[in-house]
Amino acid sequence: MSKNPEFVKFDKVDKSYDGKVLVVKDLQLDIAEGEFITMLGPSGSGKTTCLMMLAGFETPTHGEILLDGNIISNIPPHKRGIGMVFQNYALFPHMTVYENLAFPLRVRKVEKDEIDKKVDKALSMVSLNGFETRMPAQLSGGQQQRVAVARALVFDPAVVLMDEPLGALDKNLRESMQYEIKHIHESIGVTVVYVTHDQSEALTMSNRIAVFNDGKVQQLSDPAELYEKPVNSFVAEFIGENNTFNGEVTDIDKDKCKVKLANSEILANPISVKSKGEKTTVSLRPERALINPKDKMDNMFTGKIEEVIYHGDHTRVRLNLLGSSEFILKVPNSTSNLELKVSQDIKIGWNSLDARALDPK
Amino acid sequence: MSSETKQILTTDGIPLEVSLKKAEKKNKIKAFLLVAPLLLFLIITYIFPIGDMFMRSVDDKMVTNMLPKTFKAMEKWENLDELPPEEVYRGFYEDYKLLAENQQHGKLGQRLNKEKNGFNTITKKLFRQIKRNKIDESASIKEQINKIHKRWRNVEYWQAIKRTAPPYTMAKYLKGMDMYFAADGSIAQVDEDRRIHRILWLRTLEIAFFVTLFCFFMGYPIAHLLATLPMKYSNLLMICVLLPFWTSLLVRTASWMILLQQQGLVNDFFVMIGLVGDDNRPEMMYNKVGTYVAMTQILLPFMVLPLYSVMKTISPSLMRAGKSLGGTPFVAFWKVYFPLTIPGIGAGCLLVFILAIGYYITPALVGGASGTLISNQIAFHMKTTLDWSFASAMGLMLLSGVLVIYWIYNKLVGVDNIKLG
Repeated sequence: MSKNPEFVKFDKVDKSYDGKVLVVKDLQLDIAEGEFITMLGPSGSGKTTCLMMLAGFETPTHGEILLDGNIISNIPPHKRGIGMVFQNYALFPHMTVYENLAFPLRVRKVEKDEIDKKVDKALSMVSLNGFETRMPAQLSGGQQQRVAVARALVFDPAVVLMDEPLGALDKNLRESMQYEIKHIHESIGVTVVYVTHDQSEALTMSNRIAVFNDGKVQQLSDPAELYEKPVNSFVAEFIGENNTFNGEVTDIDKDKCKVKLANSEILANPISVKSKGEKTTVSLRPERALINPKDKMDNMFTGKIEEVIYHGDHTRVRLNLLGSSEFILKVPNSTSNLELKVSQDIKIGWNSLDARALDPK
Repeated sequence: MSSETKQILTTDGIPLEVSLKKAEKKNKIKAFLLVAPLLLFLIITYIFPIGDMFMRSVDDKMVTNMLPKTFKAMEKWENLDELPPEEVYRGFYEDYKLLAENQQHGKLGQRLNKEKNGFNTITKKLFRQIKRNKIDESASIKEQINKIHKRWRNVEYWQAIKRTAPPYTMAKYLKGMDMYFAADGSIAQVDEDRRIHRILWLRTLEIAFFVTLFCFFMGYPIAHLLATLPMKYSNLLMICVLLPFWTSLLVRTASWMILLQQQGLVNDFFVMIGLVGDDNRPEMMYNKVGTYVAMTQILLPFMVLPLYSVMKTISPSLMRAGKSLGGTPFVAFWKVYFPLTIPGIGAGCLLVFILAIGYYITPALVGGASGTLISNQIAFHMKTTLDWSFASAMGLMLLSGVLVIYWIYNKLVGVDNIKLG
C-alpha cells in the first residue's frame, strides 16, 4: 500500500476567535500517512487550536482541512473517526476501564465478542491486561494515560491526535511513556499528530516536527535537522540550548560571513543574511564550542570561567567571552577536564559552519 | 524478629498504644468542645421541641388524673360486657364529687363526650344530684347512679370511661389518617365523605412530586448553561437565579398573585394574543395551577444550585472525548455527561421535594381550597382549633414521612452520592 503524503492537509487555514486577532495564520501543512508529526511551540502559539480544528471542535475561519482527500470542515467530530488523547486523559470516571475502551466500539454497534477481542488487544498493547474492572480513579497517572491511549486506538482510527498527553506525569514516567507511545506508533503505523511544548519530547518521538510561533509554522523538518539547522532565531532559541551574539554583517561570502560584534569580529555561516550591513543574531550550540581544540578552527577566542556547574554526565561552564558573560559550554565529563576552575582563562574554538547567522532578535 | 510480637514501647518505656491514646485524648476533647455549642443549640432548638411535640401528640393524661379512684377500682372489673361492680361506681362518684368541688367537672364531661356522644348530659345530671346532696353515701352508689339516667345503665358508657384510662393514646395519629378507635377498641375508618386528611396527604405528595419534576426539567438546562457559559455571562445568569432567592418569599408569592389573577397580566396577555376569550379567562389562582407555578418558581434555585456545583466539576473535555470517540452529541450527553450529574440531581430533587412537602405560605396564599397542603391543615389546627396535640401528631407524621423518603433515597442512590457543593 503506497502511503499518501497528503493524508492530512491544512490548506491555507486561518483561525480567529474574536475577529481581531489571528491565532492561526495561513497554515499550510501536509501530514503523510503513518507519520508521527509533532506540533511544538510555546503556549498561545496556535498549535492546540490546529489540533482542535482537526478534531472538529473548532471550525477554521478560512481555508480547508482535508483528510485523505476529503474536505472535513463540515463533518461533526463524531463522524470524523479521529482518535484523541486529551491533556487530562478525559477518561469517563463512572465507567470501568473495560467500559471506557468499549465506548467507541459500542457507539459503532460492534458485536459483543468483537468488542471483547478488540478491548483485550488494545489493553495488551499498553500492557494493562487484568485491569478491565478497575475504575479510572483506582489507577495511577501513568496507567490512566495508557488507558486513554488504548481508548483512542481501540476503534482503529486513521489518525490519532494527542494533546500534551504526558504533561501531568513525572519526569521518569514521562520518558518511559514517550518510548512506549513511539513503539505503539511504530507497531501499528497509525498517523499521529502530537502537540507538546516540551522540545525534548518532540525530538524523541517524532518523524517530523512543526515548530509553531505566533500562529505560524516556523520550521517543519525532522528532529536532527531542526536541532542542527534551525532556520531562524526563534527555532534556534526554542529548541535546545543556544549561545547568541548580536552583531552586524561586515563581509559576506558564499558560505562564510564576518559579523562585527561590540568590540570584536567572528566568522559565521550566513543562513538568513544576504548582504553587508544587515543586523544578525549568530547562534551556536554549546556542545559545538571546544576547549583547547586540537584541530584548527576559524574562530578562536579566550574567555574567563565565571561558573562551573556539575551535572553528572556533563559539566556546564559559564564563560565571559567576547563581552558577554552568558556564554555556555557543555563539557562531557572525563578526567581531562576536571581542573576547570572559576576565574581561570581558557581557550575556546568553533567552526564558522556551526555558527549560524540568523535573523536578528 | 522477636520484637514484632513484643509490645512496642516509646523511648520513655511507655507502651506505644497508651502513649498514642494520651496524645489523641487532648485532640478529642478539643474537638468535642468545639462542637459542644452546636450540639447544645441543636438539643435546645431541635431535639427538645420535637420530643415535646411527640409527648404532646400522644398525651392523654387529663382523664387519668381526674379519675384516679375509678381507674383503680376498674382493675377489678373483670367481665367487661356487664356493668362494673359497686367499687367502680363508688370510685367514680368520689372522683366526680372532688371535681365538682373544684369546678373541674365540666372539662371531664366534654372530654368524655368526645369519646362517646351523650356523656355531657348524663354527667350534668349527676352533677345536679350531687349538688343537691341527693346521693346517700351509705347506700349502694351503683343503684343510685343507674337511676339518674338510663345511659348510666348502658355498659358502653362505662367501657368508654375505661378506654380513657391509659395516660397515652395514638388516637391523634389515627385521626391524621382518617381513622379512629371504635367502641370495642379496634381501629375503624372514618366515613368516606369525612376523609379530608388522606386527600391532603396525597395532594401534598402529588404537588411535591410534580414541583420537583418541573424544577428538574427547568433547572437542569439553566445549571448546564451556568456551568458552561463564559464567566461574564454566567455571573449575570447566576444573579438572575439568585435574585428571586434573595427576595422575600411573601413578595414573590404576592407578585404571582398579581400575575395569575383573572384580571392579571398573564390572562391579559392570553386575551391579547387571542388564546382565550375576554369573557372566558381561566382561573389560574386559588387552585392547583397557582400552587404549581408559584412553588416551582420559588424552589427552582434549590434545584439549580446543587446541579450547578456538580456540573462545574465535570471537565468539558469529557464531552469532547465522548464525541471524538464517535458518540453523537446526544449519546455523549446521555452516556457521559448525564450519569456524572446524578449526584447533583439527587441532591436537588431531595432538597426540593422535602421543602415542597412542608410548604406553607405559598399554598396558603395562592392555593385556595384545592391547592392547600398538609402543612396548611397543621397551621389550621395550631391557630384556629387550638388542637395542638393533633397538630403535633400531624407534624411528626410529616417528619417521619421525610425520613422515610430519605431512607428510600439512601437505598436507591446512596446518600454518599449527594453533592451539595
